[in-house]
Amino acid sequence: MKHSINKLEETPSQTAGPYVHIGLLPHQAGFDIFANNFSHEIAGPDTKGERITIEGMVFDGSGAPIRDMLLELWQANAEGRYRHPADRQQGKAIDPGFRGWGRTGTDFASGLYTFETIKPGSVVGRSGTKPMAPHVSLWLVSRGINIGLSTRMYFDDESEANAADPVLNLIEQPARRKTLLGHRGSRDGKTVYRFDIHLQGAHETVFFDV
Amino acid sequence: MADEYGEFYQRNRDIHPPALTPTYKTSVLRSPRIPLWSLQNSLSEVTGPVFTPDELGPLDHDLIKNYAHTGDPVGERTIIHGQVLDEDARPQAGVLVEIWQANAGGRYRHVNDRYFAPIDPNFGGCGRTLTDAEGRYWFRTVKPGVYPFRNYINSWRPAHVHFSIFGSGFAQRLITQMYFEGDPMIRHDAIAQTIADPAAIDRLVAKLDLNASIPLDSVAYRFDIVLRGRRATMFENKLQGN
Repeated sequence: MKHSINKLEETPSQTAGPYVHIGLLPHQAGFDIFANNFSHEIAGPDTKGERITIEGMVFDGSGAPIRDMLLELWQANAEGRYRHPADRQQGKAIDPGFRGWGRTGTDFASGLYTFETIKPGSVVGRSGTKPMAPHVSLWLVSRGINIGLSTRMYFDDESEANAADPVLNLIEQPARRKTLLGHRGSRDGKTVYRFDIHLQGAHETVFFDV
Repeated sequence: MADEYGEFYQRNRDIHPPALTPTYKTSVLRSPRIPLWSLQNSLSEVTGPVFTPDELGPLDHDLIKNYAHTGDPVGERTIIHGQVLDEDARPQAGVLVEIWQANAGGRYRHVNDRYFAPIDPNFGGCGRTLTDAEGRYWFRTVKPGVYPFRNYINSWRPAHVHFSIFGSGFAQRLITQMYFEGDPMIRHDAIAQTIADPAAIDRLVAKLDLNASIPLDSVAYRFDIVLRGRRATMFENKLQGN
């Protein structure tokens, strides 16, 4: 379907390939080049909110963990406000110690990914009135992925908010909504949400065309 | 009133490669089988990270100098530049553009690359920059070499530079690869050919730009990038407080 009203066509996507780390996570590629590096640590020392770890694995269609996946995470702050000029929600402050974005790669040996962040607050949905349940947006690229995959992680301890979430409720099969839940646990006194992503199979994660 | 942060036009997936492209074998086990769930934009999609010049170093965009230890890297001195626009041809300022590539011999500086072409001690192979007020970017590098990859036994990648681009919203996030005008490897490349439309592949081919070359120094290629455009209004219903 062509968009005749637009002057230009979007640049086509290509796979990030196996060496995506060189450009986006050079330390994981095995060398040090930039003075300032982007990382999985999304919350700084002054960030307000409940400290959490989000971790998990990404599985291919054979059930094997993908060990060269790059993930990016984008989220609102603890009050539910995005650090972006399009967010004009009233009564919610920007947190100067928090951008809300980070990136990481699955570990070459274990396949595990990790983000250190804070639990986001609820953001208003596109209706302008109904809130969305707290969630983070995720974007996945790797060798074999021709165009980045978008999904969301919701929090399994927010069952009331999740039940009313306008996006989760759009998903036709209730069982598939569960593929977007991170599972709360604790380890060494820290709160850890486990969020495994399945590219195929009986538990295939819901991916969005955003 | 028009809103510069309106929701995005629906992505035209016809000009992108599909997820499942069996001639690029790795895609078979890494492509979702269930259709993507189409999601109308909310604040989570129209917002995205904002980057500032102080986060980047003065040589981050210069791959000839940003990892030089004993001298300049080996290879054809090359300028890659262009403009980042949206679908409505509006320049995109302040966009973070990150690139990575093999060295002139086709070898990547990466723990998982075991091709026997040598590492260049003076070449890291990555750079990054923010577009200026007119959406323009500029990198200096050496032209990457072709290299083999395991797809079929005799599969080769054309010379290419990987590009990662952020727009002003997370739904514009894009990774792609730039090829060089005139390279006969492109039509044999399983990855370039994941795109069905030859005209779309051609938009990934940087064109020789002699006027941007530096005489007796570096040859230039131009690669313009188009990100998704935004509608004139935010949402059907206005956000709280608007």
